[in-house]
Amino acid sequence: MSPSDRPLTAMIDASAAPPDCTAYEKAGGWQATRKALKTCTPDDIIEIVTQSKLRGRGGAGFGTGQKWSFVPKKPASEQRKYLIANADEMEPGTFKDRLLLEGNPLQLIEGMLLAAYAIQASHGIVFLRGEYHLARRRLEQAIEDARHNGWLGENILGAGFSFDIHMHAGAGRYICGEETALLTALEGRRATPRSKPPFPQTGGLWGAPSVVNNVETLCNLPHIVTNGARWFLSLGTGADGGTKLYGVSGRVRRPGAWELPIGTPMREIIENHAAGMQPGYTLRAFLPGGASTAFLDATALDVAMDYSSVEKAGSRLGTGLAIILDDRTCPVGMLHNLEHFFAQESCGWCTPCRDGLPWVARLLAAIEDGTGESDDIEQLRRHTKMLGTPGRTFCAHAPGAMAPLASGLKLFRDDFAAHITGHGCPMRHAA
Amino acid sequence: MATIHLDGKPCAARSGTNLLQACLEAGADLPYFCWHPELGSVGACRQCAVRQFSGPEDKTGRIVMACMTPVTDGALLSINDAEAREFRENVIEWMMVNHPHDCPVCEEGGECHLQDMTAMTGHNKRRYRFTKRTHTSQNLGPFVKHEMNRCIACYRCVRFYHDYAGGEDLAVFASHDNVYFGRATDGTLENAFSGNLAEICPTGVFTDKPFSAAYSRKWDLSGAPSVCVHCATGCNIIVNARQDTVRRVLNRYNGEVNRYALCDLGRFGYGFVNAPTRIRAPLRVISEQQTPIPAQDALTRFARMAADGPVIGIGSSRASLETNFSLRALVGPDRFSTGQTRQEQTCTDCALSLLRAHPGAIPTLHDMESADAVLVLGEDVSATAPRLGLALRQSVRQPSFHAADAAKVPRWMDAAVRTLGAECPSALFIATPAPTELDSIARETVRTAPDNIARLGFAIAHRINPAAPPVPDMPDTDAAQADRIAATLVAAGKPLIVSGMQYGSPALMQAAASIASALATQNPAAGLSLVLPDCNSMGLTILGGLTLEDVLEKAATGEIATLVIAENDLSRRLDPSSLTKLKNDVPNIVLIDHTLTPLSRDAALVLPATPFTECTGTLVSQEGRIQRFFPAITPAAPVQAAWRWVRMLAEQISTNDETLPDRNPATDLRTWTRVDDVTAALSRACPALAEAINAAPNADYRADNQKIRSEPARASGRTVIRSHISVRDQPPPQNPDTPFSNSMEGAYSPDLPAALIPFFQVPSWNSGQSLTRFQQEIGGAMRGGDPGIRLFATPSDSPPEPPRTPDIPAAFTPRDDEMLLLPEGRLFGPEELSALSPSVAARSAADAPTLSLPAGTPYPPRMTLHLSDGPHDLATRPVTNLPDGIALCPPHMVMRAFAFPRTARLSPVTSAAAVTPGYAAPGHATPVTPSPLTPAPVTPIPVTPASGPTASVTPRRDRP
Repeated sequence: MSPSDRPLTAMIDASAAPPDCTAYEKAGGWQATRKALKTCTPDDIIEIVTQSKLRGRGGAGFGTGQKWSFVPKKPASEQRKYLIANADEMEPGTFKDRLLLEGNPLQLIEGMLLAAYAIQASHGIVFLRGEYHLARRRLEQAIEDARHNGWLGENILGAGFSFDIHMHAGAGRYICGEETALLTALEGRRATPRSKPPFPQTGGLWGAPSVVNNVETLCNLPHIVTNGARWFLSLGTGADGGTKLYGVSGRVRRPGAWELPIGTPMREIIENHAAGMQPGYTLRAFLPGGASTAFLDATALDVAMDYSSVEKAGSRLGTGLAIILDDRTCPVGMLHNLEHFFAQESCGWCTPCRDGLPWVARLLAAIEDGTGESDDIEQLRRHTKMLGTPGRTFCAHAPGAMAPLASGLKLFRDDFAAHITGHGCPMRHAA
Repeated sequence: MATIHLDGKPCAARSGTNLLQACLEAGADLPYFCWHPELGSVGACRQCAVRQFSGPEDKTGRIVMACMTPVTDGALLSINDAEAREFRENVIEWMMVNHPHDCPVCEEGGECHLQDMTAMTGHNKRRYRFTKRTHTSQNLGPFVKHEMNRCIACYRCVRFYHDYAGGEDLAVFASHDNVYFGRATDGTLENAFSGNLAEICPTGVFTDKPFSAAYSRKWDLSGAPSVCVHCATGCNIIVNARQDTVRRVLNRYNGEVNRYALCDLGRFGYGFVNAPTRIRAPLRVISEQQTPIPAQDALTRFARMAADGPVIGIGSSRASLETNFSLRALVGPDRFSTGQTRQEQTCTDCALSLLRAHPGAIPTLHDMESADAVLVLGEDVSATAPRLGLALRQSVRQPSFHAADAAKVPRWMDAAVRTLGAECPSALFIATPAPTELDSIARETVRTAPDNIARLGFAIAHRINPAAPPVPDMPDTDAAQADRIAATLVAAGKPLIVSGMQYGSPALMQAAASIASALATQNPAAGLSLVLPDCNSMGLTILGGLTLEDVLEKAATGEIATLVIAENDLSRRLDPSSLTKLKNDVPNIVLIDHTLTPLSRDAALVLPATPFTECTGTLVSQEGRIQRFFPAITPAAPVQAAWRWVRMLAEQISTNDETLPDRNPATDLRTWTRVDDVTAALSRACPALAEAINAAPNADYRADNQKIRSEPARASGRTVIRSHISVRDQPPPQNPDTPFSNSMEGAYSPDLPAALIPFFQVPSWNSGQSLTRFQQEIGGAMRGGDPGIRLFATPSDSPPEPPRTPDIPAAFTPRDDEMLLLPEGRLFGPEELSALSPSVAARSAADAPTLSLPAGTPYPPRMTLHLSDGPHDLATRPVTNLPDGIALCPPHMVMRAFAFPRTARLSPVTSAAAVTPGYAAPGHATPVTPSPLTPAPVTPIPVTPASGPTASVTPRRDRP
């Protein structure tokens, strides 16, 4: 079977149930596991993945092979380690992991198995967003199926490696997507991020070495191991290797998510895949990869959607699923919506985030309601300055929240001014 | 040592600490909230932001949190950097978004860390223009007041209460700017260290509730360095008083003892000094009523009594060395009783000789915190020495520190260390008959009778040192357990054995000492700690004297004409029949005490003495630390220190009275004019206590030729508060027993001897957080040296006593007809003085005495316990894992005089109307809630027949 150029979604048929173990194997599944467990050392797997330049698909874009390399090299039988799939997909506007979880859960299981083999972890955990009910059912069924067929459990393929997966459905906190808060939540404590060191790779879940990888990252692994790093690199269009799940929400004709070569420009995604803007609406700006990325305007539509190009354009690739702001939606209202979300989802641990974000949200609410004052813009700007730089707050939540605000204050300066001078939202009933 | 450059200025900094500590130790003002020297760093508040530069060429640097950044040699940082200052000001501004600014009505005002830090950052203009979030506060019980709206969410409270002290009922709820620190529902905070929240909280969320009811600003409070009197641990405290009432007790840091925390008994037990049960005038029985009489009248009466024949003195383990020694000097050593029962004295003598002979270490509480293997042998320390229990709780963290060292994570990085140590095994072993609070952190617990625990102990000693005698007839499982515990102790670098006399068993302490000595042959760091019952049990034991049984025998043969009893309620020690016989055998009983006790109604003469808050005195803690306490209040005549009464009594006795043999001028107590004379005479007369005089500087101490001021600058309202009497300024009272001015005039600096520090305050730091300026290094010794002198800190040079074959007890066998009755581990209620404190009484009232019985056997809900004072009808409480044949009841709360162990018969309740005779706990019985602001009138106390106590002292409790 020739390798697909859309490996992640090749087996996904949205109108049908996901493949079971037999169908999965028939379509090329478990090849990577056979190859890895029979012919590769754990270090071989780390080497292949490092060469593939696979970068974390959760948003931060950290090299996956590099992340694994910090894990102590002891075999799984000698040291308890954890491999955790971060399936707590709660970024506003992002629904790519859901597609993978619902469409082909066995692909994730095989990816976890390979990652676990590479870092020699015998315990796997899926931290799943609590509201993903269908994904949960399908994943649980797939885990059972894989266990039944010997792909999970003791001594897999007789190769002496044991691995099993525990499902954990989250209780609904955005911060659990942050890997250290996720670990704290798994331990049964408040979902508060942790300071580093220790990094999770050396002192993670209950103090044991742990790796947290995003679902999409893990789903790439079977294909990389089967087809090699060179093949994976060739799938991308720029410096980064592989494909990426891109998506669009907002007033486009056909919102959705698609697997495309990494580096595909936003114009192509919107026009070719989302079928362009809805009639009567024009694109004003977009958040390229979720709510915590900075706004880009129409001039950035041709920027390649890869990690470094988007950064150069002034934002972040993030999750790769864009939210479109059209010309008939109030940007202040949209920002208020976003900042209200971020304020609600602050874990409450550090002062600037806990007490700064609600202040920002109230300022935006006041401006949108027509009670804004001229000094409010300065107060918002102060917050973007005080909260925007990483290191001032405990984790990246507040800097993430400030990204759309800081860019929005520049891009939509006139809209803010109009709200304040006109004592209200000029667009309130326009849409 | 490393060098850091602070705004261009080179400063020495300790390697291994963080930049915040380094800045504070360098004397810089850098604001912070979530960091606490004992709790470490977590980086939550973001207040201590500074700019750090990577090198001389780095002109931009980056903002870092000083508390989360390790000290590196040559580190370049700036506190004054404009952006760092702006950020710190912003952090305060964010905290103030929801803070109510209710300083004028807040208990914390004037000593509020949040106020200090706000002033320090310069934030003074409110820009937030929306409504504030509000919370509903909770009723957290009699000790701690809750006002959640003031919260700035620094997380210190939960980190102290839950992570440090092991409390389960305080948590963080909700999230974002709605985080809530409290209990799941209203209710009394259960942990024994809840009161520390008032000092841990940097603002007024958690405050001292009894203090709040008798409130004064810090600057109007007079402070005195003191020592807690509610157990033998010797925690250092500050007593705050105003207008002749004690308002509160605060922790006083002693780097080797209590450090940053005090138990609730110590913090809230002081209430007895303000209670209506205080004796304010000499009393004698007139027309069957205890009636106030003039002091001279009382003395004349004593002169007549002394002429009747021999005078015997009974001292007390809750009284100072000075009180006990003066009484001994009055009657002579042969006629001085320690006021302990024979069993008590056997135990305390045993403890003293074991500690003196121990070849290893006698650890301080701070030493115990770093023990890496601990065996608690037959003592529920969380009830008998709570602060020691808290130290043991920290000791189980040693493996997590080792894990952190291995991961190159600094030990102060608190959350990270706890993560790394999440599954590190504990090396704490607890062998007690009943469950204890430390069980949940122990690796193994052993539930068996005290005799079996002693046997286990001897077996462990034998395994460590085969020269120690073997234990016959050990079951295999017990032998295997002994092997496991012995192996862990031997492998440890700093093993510790803790025991005590809670169960009245010398064998337990001998077994503990035997293990500790066996370990010490291989490891001199092997520590032994023995818990004693009272604040001066150790001092009294060193002083020595007759037992109460000796006194009873002398009384029975008519050898006693007059008993002078100092600060000892014999009804807590002698059965009612023995006490009645003693009263019948002795014609004259003179009681010197500060508080009415059931004994006082039987005294022919009662003389009003001072409690620890109104006099100077010296105590010896169980670790052999001699410490001095000073008065916060100068007593008003006729109330005076017990030794002054004793001196006056001595003046009534004719000098040629041959019944009083001790006419040695060195101890001629009639020459004493101030407390230092007493202590000096004691030091001369008692070589083992020669250091007592050096426990603290004496009353002649002057700094800059001045006395030390007792009040922070600037005390206000001195004339206003008594303006209904006179608007003239009153001169501060003069007290020959202290070096304190009793006013705001005088010398004060962080370099004072630590035993003399009456309050903590330095410019810009008005709260207790100013403590860092008083320490040589943060968390280390005080700048003036940690208070107290150790008696047996180092192994004694005297040749070890020849090894004596210990009496290994036989294995315990449950009896069919009787239960072995042991004390229930209960902190609030059993202790004599604190039970008279309204807040402690309220705390213990919620928990009526019960009879605890093994859960395995079904017992009826109520049973009758037959004791020597009659039957007691008690509710039964099943206790899991309590060994068969053992029952528990709270000491002194069922039968007032009670020594453990003893056997007792149980029977089903025969009549629903059965009433418990004997005394209820005094705390349950305080007839009116005393107001600390109104001194109690001295009311005549009716003398009633000996069958029961009087209503105004300790009436019986009505049972439902």
